[in-house]
Amino acid sequence: MAVRRLEAAALDALFGALRRRGYTLVGPTLHDGAIVYDELTGTAELPIGWTEVQDAGHYRLARRDDDARFGYTVGPYAWKRHLHPPALRLWRAERDAEGGFELLDEPHDPPKVAFIGVRPCDVAAIAIQDRVFTGGAHVDPDYQARRERAFIVAVNCTEPGGTCFCASMGTGPEARDGYDLALTEIIAPARNGQRAEPSYLLEVGSERGEQLLAELGGRPARGDEVADGERRLAEAAGRMGRALDTRGLADALRRSLDNSRWDEPAARCLACGNCTLACPTCFCNTVEDTTDLTGAFAERTRRWDSCFTQDLSYIHGGPVRVSLKSRYRQWATHKLGTWQEQFGTSGCVGCGRCITWCPAAIDLTEEVAAIAASAQARASRRQARVAPSPERGTEAGDAAATR
Amino acid sequence: MAPLVSAVSRTADPFVRTGKRPTLAVWKFASCDGCQLTLLDCEDELLAVAGQLDVAYFLEASSATAAGPYDVSLVEGSITTTHDAKRIREIREMSGKLVTIGACATAGGIQALRNFAGPDGGPDVTAYAAAVYAHPEILDALPTSTPISEHVFVDFELRGCPIDKRQLLEVVSATLAGRKPQIPSYSLCLECKRSGAVCVMVAHGQPCLGPATQAGCGALCPNFSRGCYGCFGPHEGPNMPALGDRFAELGVDADGWLRALRTYNAYAGPFRKEADHVERTRS
Repeated sequence: MAVRRLEAAALDALFGALRRRGYTLVGPTLHDGAIVYDELTGTAELPIGWTEVQDAGHYRLARRDDDARFGYTVGPYAWKRHLHPPALRLWRAERDAEGGFELLDEPHDPPKVAFIGVRPCDVAAIAIQDRVFTGGAHVDPDYQARRERAFIVAVNCTEPGGTCFCASMGTGPEARDGYDLALTEIIAPARNGQRAEPSYLLEVGSERGEQLLAELGGRPARGDEVADGERRLAEAAGRMGRALDTRGLADALRRSLDNSRWDEPAARCLACGNCTLACPTCFCNTVEDTTDLTGAFAERTRRWDSCFTQDLSYIHGGPVRVSLKSRYRQWATHKLGTWQEQFGTSGCVGCGRCITWCPAAIDLTEEVAAIAASAQARASRRQARVAPSPERGTEAGDAAATR
Repeated sequence: MAPLVSAVSRTADPFVRTGKRPTLAVWKFASCDGCQLTLLDCEDELLAVAGQLDVAYFLEASSATAAGPYDVSLVEGSITTTHDAKRIREIREMSGKLVTIGACATAGGIQALRNFAGPDGGPDVTAYAAAVYAHPEILDALPTSTPISEHVFVDFELRGCPIDKRQLLEVVSATLAGRKPQIPSYSLCLECKRSGAVCVMVAHGQPCLGPATQAGCGALCPNFSRGCYGCFGPHEGPNMPALGDRFAELGVDADGWLRALRTYNAYAGPFRKEADHVERTRS
């Protein structure tokens, strides 16, 4: 499918086309000092001319000197909020006359939602949660229903943020698949003091997406326009605020469970769980059973939980992961290491939310890099003992012999 | 302190549905009455509560009282007098389940600030009483304000200043059903993030006690763009020194950090220890 070029007004047409098909629109908008994803009634609610500054434990809105609609990176909340809601009633039951109970129907009938402005990292995150919730033998019916009714409008990233590292994780700054439509916003420089309206390059990722094309206007993009978009995305890949070397990382983490370097993030970690709830792939949840005052009704609710709570690892006798060190290590090694074995992919997409929204400003890329470097150094030392280099002479050889 | 054995059999658990409603008593110690009012504030659910429980003793609601023993006692307030220290033992004796409600009952309350006064730490309770009352000599105040659990065995502690209505109904429902209440002990941040609030610490640079505070209020203050004041006390395992460092980076000096810790839950373990440390080490 050829790339098309759209004017800014095509966004209005897109919103209209989606709404006519029964979609509720959820996309970026300003709220309480941040760009969050919330229900949109029109394109005027997009964060036009706004961006943000992100760093470890730091987020501030900032004005842009253009009218970009998507001139920010990612908001505090991932799209999982709309696919794996923070609280979900799983079932209800009523006491019956015989002293038993009867299950009451709990419909899984979520609305059709169009996600507007899903970043490539978040597109990848949705694909990861798809595997978690629907990839195995036991499919989560609620997630599946929401997912099937979600229309994804991805927006590629030409301006990565301060905590972004999607290029390291291979998830961005361009979405490869997993979307219905993908836009690249092209900002032209101001002319004669007049701000130029952005234009868009559009790619189609699904049949559902293609069905909308006739209503969006625009024209086939020229070769130079496509090349311009590609150049912007290639440059963006080189401007990531953070980086993470993933080569051999899972293995290095596996060999680093007893590394004393974990003490450093543990000393700063607040056990607040913000990283996991902001993370677009973390899926831990807890299930709570409650009864009402009369004892005639019971219900089961699933809520977002976090591996940073003691309760999550509570088994008979007490929690398994008592120390903060064990909890931080569990999260980091699962996310970047054992997730591979469990789901065949890394659990990290490089969106940077865990770094930005950590109130203690702990930087996952920094901590993990230090752990990996330490594991590497340890491995080298071990190798040096086993196979002495000529410079080290017999001293190292002796050490190897006496091990 | 060793738990006192209740006069009422603990085997009434869950309450056998004999047609007779379990009796409820609500008690007040040193407190503001706000937590008892939370029970009266359960307007939509009050009839259901009264339908399941025989409210036998609740002076805030009615001067008509029935003699104990009681199946369930809700206790508000802290122990600040010798008379109250004796009275809570009597109440324990005649209560099946004893649930403490609110920061005063669970941590000593704001009045536990007196606990930090003393020979070298500033004025003590005598000095405070002299400053406040015309005739302090008629007072019979202990030098400390202490939580109920320092005096008698407590079946469940419900946090908050004041307590949360939904949590109170959950504890009552759970007690009636003989099950564990679904009252989490993790950090407020989980509730905050679930609620969809924007983190005031990260996005506004505001100091917030949420990362050290137990969930329960539904992240009320952060949802109004204010940092958490710690009304629900420390969560299951807060890292107080680390949060103190973060407050300092946000421009809060040692005095400010101390004031943040010494409010309604000043006497609760982790808040108390951190504040004591700050007091000892500040220049």
